[in-house]
Amino acid sequence: MNGDILAFEFFRNAVFASLLASIACGIVGSYVVVKKIGFISGGIAHTAFGGIGLGYYLGINPLFGVIPFSLGAAIAIGLLGRKAKVAEDTAIAAFWAVGMAVGVILIGLTPGYAPNLFSYLFGNILTVPTGDLWMIAMLDLLIAGVTWTFSKEFLALSFDEEYAEVSGVKTTLFYLLLLCLIALTVVILVRIVGIVLVIALLTIPAAIARVFSRSLGGMMLLATLLSAFFSLAGLWISYELDLASGATIIILAGGAFLMVHAGRLVISSWQAR
Amino acid sequence: MRREIVRCHRLGVELGGVRVLRDLSFSVDEGDFLAIVGPNGGGKTTLLRVLLGLQKPSEGHAEVFGAAPGSYPEKIGYVPQRLFFDRDFPLGVREAVLMGRMALKTPFQHYNKTDRAAAEEALRIVGLGAIGNRRIGALSGGELQRALIARALAGKPELLLLDEPTASVDPEMKTSIYDLLDKLKKSVTIVLVTHDTGTVSRFVGRVLCLNCSMVIRENPAGTPGGDAAQQVYPYPVDLLVHHPSERPESNSQILRP
Repeated sequence: MNGDILAFEFFRNAVFASLLASIACGIVGSYVVVKKIGFISGGIAHTAFGGIGLGYYLGINPLFGVIPFSLGAAIAIGLLGRKAKVAEDTAIAAFWAVGMAVGVILIGLTPGYAPNLFSYLFGNILTVPTGDLWMIAMLDLLIAGVTWTFSKEFLALSFDEEYAEVSGVKTTLFYLLLLCLIALTVVILVRIVGIVLVIALLTIPAAIARVFSRSLGGMMLLATLLSAFFSLAGLWISYELDLASGATIIILAGGAFLMVHAGRLVISSWQAR
Repeated sequence: MRREIVRCHRLGVELGGVRVLRDLSFSVDEGDFLAIVGPNGGGKTTLLRVLLGLQKPSEGHAEVFGAAPGSYPEKIGYVPQRLFFDRDFPLGVREAVLMGRMALKTPFQHYNKTDRAAAEEALRIVGLGAIGNRRIGALSGGELQRALIARALAGKPELLLLDEPTASVDPEMKTSIYDLLDKLKKSVTIVLVTHDTGTVSRFVGRVLCLNCSMVIRENPAGTPGGDAAQQVYPYPVDLLVHHPSERPESNSQILRP
């Protein structure tokens, strides 16, 4: 990478945003993978489009609209599944579509042109303002603090929920808390890869890390490093080749994911001989 | 007089319109080793879930340690029938066993030295002391069952509830698990759900025969009578006498459907 490029604030911000987002991605993504709730994460992310529409409609930073929408979707999907016994995939599908519809209507009602809409859908790491970096850093601190405080509850919830409940853990409460952490991570990742691609960055680095990890803490650390690598490498490649940054990051991560699992398959077939 | 640990009175459970348990009354005293046997769908696991506080009764009531089930999780060790989990889950055996200390901690407390020592002791009791570092997904079926028993023991429970702990292990491991329970019964009250009527009467103090049509027979000293067995199982039952020499301290009859 040309060193001069770091002289530009937008590029420095992109690098910092990549590194900061990787922390939330590594921590929360690990829970998403071991608890197998990738599609809930997708549902929360897409519902957040309603928040972007609200941001445009009210003329405020769309990320401030994303926060209540994604948190609301997390709690509603969780409660519908746990308390109202609605099948979780049904609740996800409903919120996914309704959130997008609300966003489309609100953007339609907003007078004039909706600038940067495409970057919220598919990400544009090069447009992250300094103010958003502070917000991402605060959310990182919140996510890391909550997961450290309740690490044993989240581990039990992910590994054996019934046993956690028998042990007196308020499993529904901690499940909702976990979904809220996912919602906050969505807020962070919207700027990096966009609403449509959030699910990939929440699952792929952690899924690769799981293969090489012996503990959940180790998996989080490795997933954070992988996420940082994919984001920075994707940023560099997209800059050099003039490609969309969010999509480049995801394709890089997806390629690594396929290579790791293909490698595993080859090794296990070779060992079975 | 021994302390009453579990008491069920005219207990009934209905699941999705189907009557699973009806009019069930029994008690378990401190030091008992009770086996609950019966056919598939007879309500054995449902009964255990009631005692754990995971299932609310539709009628009657259940008490565990003199209170509603679930009130004293720190006094109960639980071994599930079969733990379905992702074999790639990044978790060591020692950390899995440490979860057995969860009920003793508040949400803001992390595990400490005492918890780690208790987990280590539980691993030693079940004979897994040497493989505490191994990944939980790398254990064999028998080792996993032992690890789950260690997890249940790590909290030093007063009541151990086991749901078919020998369902998916080979005969050698089955005997070894029963031998382990035989040793444990000196220090903890045990309620064991099992299909393994052939082996169980050698080890347990009482057998509770249960089926969904509400028949319940309780037989002391592991000697279920032929009439009770015939009412409980929906197919012919033979009672076989096994040789006392196999296990001198054991009881004289086993139930073999």
